[in-house]
Amino acid sequence: MNFNDYDPGNFYDELFIRQGEPRTEAIPLINRLNSLGMPEVLRRQQAAQIALFKLGVTFNVYSDDQGTERILPFDIIPRIVSADDWEILERGLKQRIHALNLFLADIYSAQKILKDKIIPAEIVFSASGFLKPCMGLEPPEGIWCHITGTDLVRDRDGQWYVLEDNLRCPSGVSYVLENRRVMKSTFPLVFDTMQIQPVEEYPSQLLETLLNLAPAHLIDPTVVVLSPGIYNSAYFEHSYLAQQMGVQLVEGRDLVVADGFLQMRTTRGLQRVDVIYRRIDDDFIDPTVFRADSMLGVPGLMEVYRAGRVAIANALGTGVADDKVIYSYVPAMIRYYLNEEPILANVPTYLCWEPSQQAHVLANLDQLVVKSAGESGGYGMLIGPHATQAERDAFAEKIKTFPRNYIAQPTLCLSRVPSLIEGNFEGCHVDLRPYILYSKQIFVNPGGLTRVALRRGSLVVNSSQGGGSKDTWVVCK
Amino acid sequence: MLSRVADSIYWLNRYVERAENVARFVEVNLNLLLDSPNVMTQQWEPIILTTGDLALFRKRHGEATAEKVVQFLSFDAAYPNSIVSCLRAARENARSIREVISSEMWQQVNSFYLMVTDVANSGSLQDLAAVLKFFDEVKLQSHLFAGVMDATMTHNEGWHFGQIGRLIERADKTARILDVKYYILLPSVNYVGSTLDELQWMALLKSASAYEMYRKQGGHRISPNQVASFLILDTEFPRSVRYCILEAERSLHHITGTPIGSWRIPVERTMGRVRADLDYITIEEIFEIGLHEYLDGLQSRMNEVGDKIFETFFALQPVA
Repeated sequence: MNFNDYDPGNFYDELFIRQGEPRTEAIPLINRLNSLGMPEVLRRQQAAQIALFKLGVTFNVYSDDQGTERILPFDIIPRIVSADDWEILERGLKQRIHALNLFLADIYSAQKILKDKIIPAEIVFSASGFLKPCMGLEPPEGIWCHITGTDLVRDRDGQWYVLEDNLRCPSGVSYVLENRRVMKSTFPLVFDTMQIQPVEEYPSQLLETLLNLAPAHLIDPTVVVLSPGIYNSAYFEHSYLAQQMGVQLVEGRDLVVADGFLQMRTTRGLQRVDVIYRRIDDDFIDPTVFRADSMLGVPGLMEVYRAGRVAIANALGTGVADDKVIYSYVPAMIRYYLNEEPILANVPTYLCWEPSQQAHVLANLDQLVVKSAGESGGYGMLIGPHATQAERDAFAEKIKTFPRNYIAQPTLCLSRVPSLIEGNFEGCHVDLRPYILYSKQIFVNPGGLTRVALRRGSLVVNSSQGGGSKDTWVVCK
Repeated sequence: MLSRVADSIYWLNRYVERAENVARFVEVNLNLLLDSPNVMTQQWEPIILTTGDLALFRKRHGEATAEKVVQFLSFDAAYPNSIVSCLRAARENARSIREVISSEMWQQVNSFYLMVTDVANSGSLQDLAAVLKFFDEVKLQSHLFAGVMDATMTHNEGWHFGQIGRLIERADKTARILDVKYYILLPSVNYVGSTLDELQWMALLKSASAYEMYRKQGGHRISPNQVASFLILDTEFPRSVRYCILEAERSLHHITGTPIGSWRIPVERTMGRVRADLDYITIEEIFEIGLHEYLDGLQSRMNEVGDKIFETFFALQPVA
């Protein structure tokens, strides 16, 4: 089989303009694949999977009783982003993060955007991520969202959209780094000919971002990664990032508040912690303030945090911006705070709490995707066109009962990238999650995690729902 | 270093070492049976006895046969000291400290675990050759792990905690192996000095990879005294109890910074006492006390060392 026979079909394909005609930036890759031939490509695919398994690049699935790990299925045909596209994405993401950060700082202090009625106050106050105890919080340098993983998708016409802003603890960056490592040994010659922007800077940039939060007078501040532990689905990543940055990986049970500071239990007694990169949700961080049943957090941490004696990334309370209703107001935030037009578009979103929009949603459930405002990871959603009438009816009831909890969006036809399915090249739908760090400047890691729906025809790319990943190549100008 | 991390690296090493020793016991017994005349009926119960879990075995499996024992000690996932359970525990510990140990160590313990679960799931241990091959592989993988750890991880505090774990486990298991031989001999005093007796002592040495080294250090005759002396008191053989304790003590003092020969904290004192006793006791005195009684006492004192290590380094509680 020859790659030139690959038919992109009636979709936006990231590598091909039409059958037999690869996009300019993809030509060296396609040539190389053709010269290797399918049997060799499949051998390399297998070698890459084995390499990832041996490295233990695994995740856990919550619903799996056995608690076993799996590797995230990996497809060696990369997704390529042209220099021009990347230039727009980079600018757009910086703009968006800048505005979101101003929004967070605003709603936890003066709440101007609510007073000016740009966003209805009750929407913000009813968001599950809005945390009253964070009112008046002043995180170092005014930065709230230090690490963001924004989900982008492309529709049938090639138009980019922001699908979700993940401002709490976005995961997946370890796959970006490990996938790249494996890809370099899979296609060394292609890396040689194509100018692909490196992604390896991320751990150093992340460490800089965290060190930036420590008080200036500390010469050697202690930075830690706070993980829920080995049964968390993203544990590999927590451990990996701690290792790459050379900092301690801690769990809640390693930490204790003593003498007004956060301290960790070491073999030589208690040692002060200055900066936490937390990978547990807001709700779990301090059982005395938030969920009392949390075993993952540290009692008393919030008080130390409010006193400015420990820095936390991302700041507590950032989850409010992950609410999908609030998401729909991000373009308005950009206009309000920055006085600019948004560079990246939102997916058109219907808000079920508005009666007229709700009516439209209920009348068109068979064409829309309905999402629960507070959930992520592909949980709690209805894909109208693929659902049964019974499922749609059940969702309609939920929408009518809790309108604030639901939004609806048109079913996008996600762009595709050819992938290896059962020994053939087949187009599979993808999204893209670039990682953005907010420190002295805003840094967008060139590339990101391309998640791919490896089940034939599937639109769901989440790893918890059978999705896989691809390396993302951003071509240099 | 975090207390939890020190605890995990300590147990990671203990579990890998434990898995290796289980393989050693069983393998040697299998070999021994191949050499034995028919009069010697299957001696499988003492093997279980070595592990200290005879009661549990009887409850779960009844009478000890080769097949049941191999299954129990290798693949019984519900038995916490089986090879497969040890590897699962070792891997869980390694997984929780992946950022502390070297990636090579993680890869080694991970592929060790995968090898054992593969064999466990395939149920392919039907013939003796496959069984022996499996135990060989377990020993080799354990040695690989120790070698990889030695060669790829900085010899820092964490490494020393790992060493202590491995050495204490090894000392304990060498003592147990010796103790079981004593138990086997009890009902058959007539065998003492016979060919069969010599075969058994040789098997014992082999189970500790000690046979060749025993010969090399001048043990022309295989006598109970000399074998016991070699396995308990030798200062250079890496599986002898005394060697293990000497090295464990050295690692302990590396961690605390206290000069060897003195103590500041209780764990140093407990460890120092065990070591000093091994330094000055003779094999004749040990037999006077009774080998079994002596080994029993030694094991409880080593357990005490383990408990003290836990209290001192791993179970830190802040002052309220």
